[in-house]
Amino acid sequence: MASALVENHFRSNKLPHIWCPGCGHGIIMRSIVEAIDELGYNKDDVCVVSGIGCSSRAPGYMDYNTLHTLHGRALAYATGVKMANPKLKVIVITGDGDCAAIGGNHLIHAARRNIDITTVVFNNNIYGMTGGQYSPTTPTGEKGTTAPFGNIDKNFDLCNLAKAAGATYVARATAYHANMITKLVKAGMENKGFSFVEAVSVCPTYYGRKNKKGDAVQMMRYLKDSSVNVKAAKKLPKEKLEGKFFIGEFHKVEEPEYTEQYQKIIDSFQKER
Amino acid sequence: MENKNIKLMQGNEACVEGALTAGMRFFAGYPITPSTEIAEISSLRLPKVGGKFLQMEDEIAGIAATIGASLTGLKSMTATSGPGFSLKQENIGYASIAEIPCVIVNVQRGGPSTGLPTSPAQGDIMQAKWGTHGDHPVIALSPSSVRETFDLTIKAFNYAEKYRMPVMLLTDEVIGHMREKIEIPTADEIEIIDRVKPESGLDKYNPYEVNEGELVPKMASYGEGYRFHVTGLVHDETGFPSNDSNVAGNLLDRLMKKIDNNIEDISLYEEYRIDDAETIIIAYGSTARSAKSAVDMAREEGLKVGLFRPMTIWPFLDKQITDVAKKADNIIVAEMNLGQYVNEVERVGNKYANISKCCKANGELITPDEILAKIKEV
Amino acid sequence: MSNQYEMRLSGSGGQGLILGGIILAESALNDGKNAVQSQSYGPEARGGASKAEVIISDNNINYPKVRDCDMLLSLTQIACDKYIDSLKKDGVLIIDNSVAAPERDDIKIYSLPIIEIATEKIGKPMVANIVALAVINQITKITSNESLEKAVLKRVPRGTEEININALKEGYKLAEVNE
Repeated sequence: MASALVENHFRSNKLPHIWCPGCGHGIIMRSIVEAIDELGYNKDDVCVVSGIGCSSRAPGYMDYNTLHTLHGRALAYATGVKMANPKLKVIVITGDGDCAAIGGNHLIHAARRNIDITTVVFNNNIYGMTGGQYSPTTPTGEKGTTAPFGNIDKNFDLCNLAKAAGATYVARATAYHANMITKLVKAGMENKGFSFVEAVSVCPTYYGRKNKKGDAVQMMRYLKDSSVNVKAAKKLPKEKLEGKFFIGEFHKVEEPEYTEQYQKIIDSFQKER
Repeated sequence: MENKNIKLMQGNEACVEGALTAGMRFFAGYPITPSTEIAEISSLRLPKVGGKFLQMEDEIAGIAATIGASLTGLKSMTATSGPGFSLKQENIGYASIAEIPCVIVNVQRGGPSTGLPTSPAQGDIMQAKWGTHGDHPVIALSPSSVRETFDLTIKAFNYAEKYRMPVMLLTDEVIGHMREKIEIPTADEIEIIDRVKPESGLDKYNPYEVNEGELVPKMASYGEGYRFHVTGLVHDETGFPSNDSNVAGNLLDRLMKKIDNNIEDISLYEEYRIDDAETIIIAYGSTARSAKSAVDMAREEGLKVGLFRPMTIWPFLDKQITDVAKKADNIIVAEMNLGQYVNEVERVGNKYANISKCCKANGELITPDEILAKIKEV
Repeated sequence: MSNQYEMRLSGSGGQGLILGGIILAESALNDGKNAVQSQSYGPEARGGASKAEVIISDNNINYPKVRDCDMLLSLTQIACDKYIDSLKKDGVLIIDNSVAAPERDDIKIYSLPIIEIATEKIGKPMVANIVALAVINQITKITSNESLEKAVLKRVPRGTEEININALKEGYKLAEVNE
């Protein structure tokens, strides 16, 4: 029997989802829903916007106002939604290709504006929906169906990118750290501004197979073993950090939020009347 | 100027005035010549009426935000010119299949590519129809004056709301930048149409369900309590994706019928001195002004010439153009491109009249003399 | 179309000629006439050749561009050289006195110190366009002086009304003396 969380927050008749066995996306989706549930938001006030790709199918299963847009454009649509009705709690679900390649321009500008949208990137380091091509987060040297001799591109650190562009909340967790995703998404949603949460996922079907990473369990174990919480990392010697990546909260600042700034302009005219 | 509603106004300004009158409360765009005044004036005016203006990071984001805002309940518009119109095409398809009302203004300039940014053209006629991939309904209107820019912008919003689809206003650099006398109509002279919303408190709302005999689904906004799904994938009446060929066929069929079954409502045109005309010029937008002058010049010389001026470019005015072709011996299509609309005129009129063209795409408005010379030639 | 009067105001970008064209068109509207104002422009915001076109008529104005004009104003040599051929026979040419008069004996030429008056008498070279409008109106009588004054006051920045009214007066004087 489905849990109360699934009953309350998912469109059960649309399940099961389309993702492959062993894919990390379902875990991340559930963690987001858990965050919304714990925050106690009215479902009618939540709007989830996505682009195109494996991750972007998530909103179809979630029982909120949901918008499945074009490849790369989720943040631009979400910006229109949020501006039109700032009371809505707007979440963007996107993938590494959707968000950092075709939608990269929208990402940096949404971050720059500090508009109150929480973006969760399901980063599986590959284009899954189209069959395993390398993405902006495929590590240099690794393979994809369009990088048969190894990827020569340098990969993005999405959190650094979001921070540099002006996001006021930046954090990372992995599909292995499901509870941490919930915690970070909650903090992101409570931040009045642009929040960016990278959720590292696993794609055993394409990325794993192409790069001999083993099965889903081995890939999840890699997430567990190779990640270090950024707070703990400060106390660890350098050699212990070799080959590891950081998770946790990276950046949190308070800055004027975009829709509030715009509302001030509107209000200034209402006072004039 | 006793009448306070009489003003000297620029075409692009009249577009914004019309949009605000129609109820525009959201504009998102990206600066591009020769449409920038539309964004500038919108940025000035919208916050004063509680609306929102956004300058986005690119042309694509401009229309994407416009669609998002419309889904959230605001009447929305974006404006651009050639290069930006090209960039917006994928999103125009999205608004078509997801049935989201919005207005896209294209102040046409010389192309292809960066082309002639400060010069007029009418080179985007076919792009307006076929620019986005796949079959889809299209409404595109083209004004010939500042006043008509005001009127057709309102019409564009009305059609967008009534038929739940993107509507294009194809103006050009001449109409967008010229200033002329305009008398702003009073509120009681203007018809404003709003999207039909579902009743509130329904147990179940299917965003794409239509009643028997109807073609346009009722439209709820995000945040109103109906947690519906919208996608650019082929979808059934619940809004969720489907690969079923029957669902796909029925959806396309209904989308096209919104236009086909309402063609009379959407057909806007003007006839000028055509009753006894042996030669009829077909021209739209700024070119129609030259054509009108040419008709008057020809008439002064005793030539039986008239003008048929489509304001609705798409859907194509099959019936009216057929009638025009039956009436005249000669048809001359004058347009600021190398021959676009004329192909459609030939499709319906070839068997009834000799059809020729008076075309120019060098960044200059076709002159009355050039059209008159063509009249004498045929 | 016979009563249609077509004017071209030319000079360099930044001389306020497009504003001048708008004011002339509004002045015509104030008189209850029809007017169309248009312009052509290049990529540069300042400098370069700039022209504004105004058509004034009692009837509808269809073709909105000026072809051969009835009146040409040129504040620079480059502009005068470029547009002089578009001036009709018996047309009116108004040039700043810094511009060499063209060799045409089929037109009326008024060479006046428009920029000098704006600079020396008003102390503001940027009101040369308003001086020019007064000159045009005085010579062509295309709109009434009351309408022109009203149109000027509507369009100029707040706080500059007096300067601009003075510019109009100086312009009228300049044209009267040379009539």
